[in-house]
Amino acid sequence: MTRKIVIDPVTRVEGHGKVTIHLDAGGNVAQSRLHIVEFRGFERFVQGRPYWEAPVLVQRLCGICPVSHLLAAAKAMDVVVGAGTGDGLPPTAEKMRRLMHYGQIFQSHSLHFFYLASPDLLLGHESDPATRNVVGVALTHRELAVQAINMRKYGQEVIAATAGKKIHGTGAIPGGVNKCLTEAERDALLHGPAPLNADQMVTWAQGAVDFFKNYYRKNKEFVDGFSQFPSNHLSLVRADGGMDLYHGVLRGVDADGKRILDDVDPQDYLEHFREEVKPWSYMKFPYLRALGPEKGWYRVGPLARLNTAEFIPTPLAQAEFEEFKAVTRGKPNNMCLHTHWARLIEVLHAAESMRELLQDPDILGGELQVKGRRRAEGVGLLEAPRGTLFHHYRVGDDDLIEMANLIVSTTNNNEPMNRAVNCVARALLTGVKEITEGMLNAIEVAIRAYDPCLSCATHAYGQMPLDVTLLDAAGAVVSHRRKPGR
Amino acid sequence: MDTSSPAQPLLVYGYGNPGRQDDGLGVRLVEELEAWAHKQGMRGVVFDSNYQLNAEDALAVASSREVIFVDAAVEGVEPFEFRRLVPGRQISFSTHAMPPESILALAEELYNATPPAWLLAVRGYAWEVQEPISPQARSNLDAAFHFLCDWLLGSGNTAEDKR
Repeated sequence: MTRKIVIDPVTRVEGHGKVTIHLDAGGNVAQSRLHIVEFRGFERFVQGRPYWEAPVLVQRLCGICPVSHLLAAAKAMDVVVGAGTGDGLPPTAEKMRRLMHYGQIFQSHSLHFFYLASPDLLLGHESDPATRNVVGVALTHRELAVQAINMRKYGQEVIAATAGKKIHGTGAIPGGVNKCLTEAERDALLHGPAPLNADQMVTWAQGAVDFFKNYYRKNKEFVDGFSQFPSNHLSLVRADGGMDLYHGVLRGVDADGKRILDDVDPQDYLEHFREEVKPWSYMKFPYLRALGPEKGWYRVGPLARLNTAEFIPTPLAQAEFEEFKAVTRGKPNNMCLHTHWARLIEVLHAAESMRELLQDPDILGGELQVKGRRRAEGVGLLEAPRGTLFHHYRVGDDDLIEMANLIVSTTNNNEPMNRAVNCVARALLTGVKEITEGMLNAIEVAIRAYDPCLSCATHAYGQMPLDVTLLDAAGAVVSHRRKPGR
Repeated sequence: MDTSSPAQPLLVYGYGNPGRQDDGLGVRLVEELEAWAHKQGMRGVVFDSNYQLNAEDALAVASSREVIFVDAAVEGVEPFEFRRLVPGRQISFSTHAMPPESILALAEELYNATPPAWLLAVRGYAWEVQEPISPQARSNLDAAFHFLCDWLLGSGNTAEDKR
């Protein structure tokens, strides 16, 4: 009997997703798909609104990474107000934005690894699902859980100090920022009482990388082999090839490291990217125009960034980068679970970058905003925690937004996530007689490595159930299991 | 806002996305309550809000003598439900956000803190990407606001379950 397994929604990712796995009569995986219920109404929502409202408005898109949308929209509107294409801001403005961004990267990556990924690694992806979560980690790894909470809190305090507030921050505006740090704010973040200070964050970030490397040494076969498949990789890099999460040129490499997108100006992205629509998913599939949809899909995010960058411009992260690259002898790394390693190296880079910026006097004062000749169109790109984020706006003479196009990180990773699901499904589900919860969770582990954010669903109390449905070839339900959402 | 500096304040924590209509009920109510408390010169109450709860909120819970979470409810009692929460270790899964019971469990496990905690779940009806709260939810918010005002003034401090 042909069977169809449905996991709906995927747990511990933001928003709702559904996985279907079709088994043929022989019990082999015939097809697997990750269906995304993505919210697409937002682009219409901003149409007709004044352009200067965009950086605040776009934060409504997502309660998980509002800072990324704030900064990407602000960068696009920098172009519109004639403040250059990302590199024309006054030093104070650019450094405040970078500090905000690194605070976001730091807290988001810390959240992902310690709260969302570590339960699978520390407790095992086949362990009791009732305790395979952050509370379970707290019970068994108390010190790690406390550390994670403080890292997350520190990152949020950096965001609050730079963006102005936690919800709908206003720190980044078209052409610059609307505040710099006071000495008191700077001192609190730089030299505050332990553990919430910059030095402690760097120390803990180093410890986090060591934690993963230690896990890797003990579980090398699993980590290397889990959902490994060749792909292209894409990210922004600095003009000199260094990692830059805030601004740069678009670079793509293939699975062997060959350059397939050669340091393109983000303003020209439309010349190089296309999006394919598939009837079974609401989420589009972006690809490089020159290579077409079959060969032009790519990964974004921490693993991709370490594959495209030639170096990391902070010393401790650079040392870790060299060790990371040595595993694949300098070639691109296509091992899914190495994304966690890459993510933690970025945590270290973010911690070092925050400390460096907090020591820079420019963040305490100076010109905050510039404007030049008004333009009708602007593109803002950013390396958000989950990968490259595209914001593109067209603004009319009446200052109202006429068109908005957003390609979020998770959309960029649509095809890779589908490949990852298929990879694990074929490895674990082929020929088995009984599908265990652990096997199903393994598929989710592969998806979670990409830290997908499936747009910010309303979280209101009572939502977020987990449905697992087994259907036969005719679509009849063979079995159904539901976990309560609370 | 901490209207005074007590060692162990009462924490009123609203969460939700104000850009998603009634999902922002918790945040809106806490904003209005904070303004009211400021006018009252109320002491010993801390107000906070965010898009969602997450693990680091265990730190704030652990340093509070009492906690009231305020959220929007997709279904359930109108105009609002107010009920006692207990730490919940059996979260079968979580998203990037966590339920309040799990925050309490973390506070207990990590900081050995078990402050009494309540959930004020205000019934909402509309969840699109728009800012205005729906008229019916606005009415529910007003009812919940007056209830919490009474609570904070002390008239409801002995009740553990109210509707």
